[in-house]
Amino acid sequence: MDIKVLKVGIVSCSGEALPEGTVSRVACRKVLDELRPGQTVTICLPLFIAGGKEEREFANKFPTVTVDGCEKMCAAKSTERLSGKPARSLMIRDILKKHDIAGLKQCRGLGPAEKIASDAVAEEVAKAVDEVLE
Amino acid sequence: MSGKKRKVVVLPCSGIGKTLGTVGREIAYELIEDLRPGVTTTTCLPLLMIEDPDAKKLVTDNPVITIDGCPFGCARKSAESIGVTVSKGYRAIDFCRVHKDLKPEGISELNEAGKKLVVLAAKEVAEEVDRLLAEEKS
Ligand code: SF4
Ligand code: SF4
Repeated sequence: MDIKVLKVGIVSCSGEALPEGTVSRVACRKVLDELRPGQTVTICLPLFIAGGKEEREFANKFPTVTVDGCEKMCAAKSTERLSGKPARSLMIRDILKKHDIAGLKQCRGLGPAEKIASDAVAEEVAKAVDEVLE
Repeated sequence: MSGKKRKVVVLPCSGIGKTLGTVGREIAYELIEDLRPGVTTTTCLPLLMIEDPDAKKLVTDNPVITIDGCPFGCARKSAESIGVTVSKGYRAIDFCRVHKDLKPEGISELNEAGKKLVVLAAKEVAEEVDRLLAEEKS
């Protein structure tokens, strides 16, 4: 029997020290609030450490798309170790390369480059959500 | 004492599920970029979750302030989970209780009340930064 997936979990790295961390956060919120509301849910990443059994069940309850700013892949690795294997793992620097976007500078808020990057990343995350829901 | 000047590491939780996570993140940036540049720094909190050696060294070698959004205390627990002693832990929710007239809203971007709350809270945390740095000198 096929079990229909109704919601996809989105886990953002939200890294503080790199502009890509902020882009990850803003892009994921855009997917949750504007692009795929009703089909997506999220969890604060560090809750996998601080939360209880319910929080650690997240990636077993929902097929999960992780979104990481850089090659360290903190969200993907932490989700896999503490909750469950992600259905898809995206890395922002790959997405930016694909879209020929460069020049990210600020961590706090979005400048023009960060805004363009966030919109492109949000579209890619939404696409990954659709693939998981198919 | 080692010759290397230490900085205060400010670790917000940055929770994406709650406005309070954004308040914590913005307080950290207010401190690092505006109120106490040069003597404060941060790292990506999730690097502690994957036990990244450089991030671990930073929080082991320097005093750490955590700023959590809510009572779950994720930043503090993430630091403590790798054996770090947190010098002082703050919670954004406590700043909201003190400044009841400033109700923060928004996650990607805070409303005006949230931005004002961030500035007031950051000033309080800056005093703790000064205290920790003074302790270093004595
Ligand atoms: S993946 Fe990169 S940007 Fe994201 S939290 Fe980890 S180190 Fe920071
Ligand atoms: S402390 Fe609260 S707001 Fe911050 S990451 Fe944890 S659950 Fe989210």
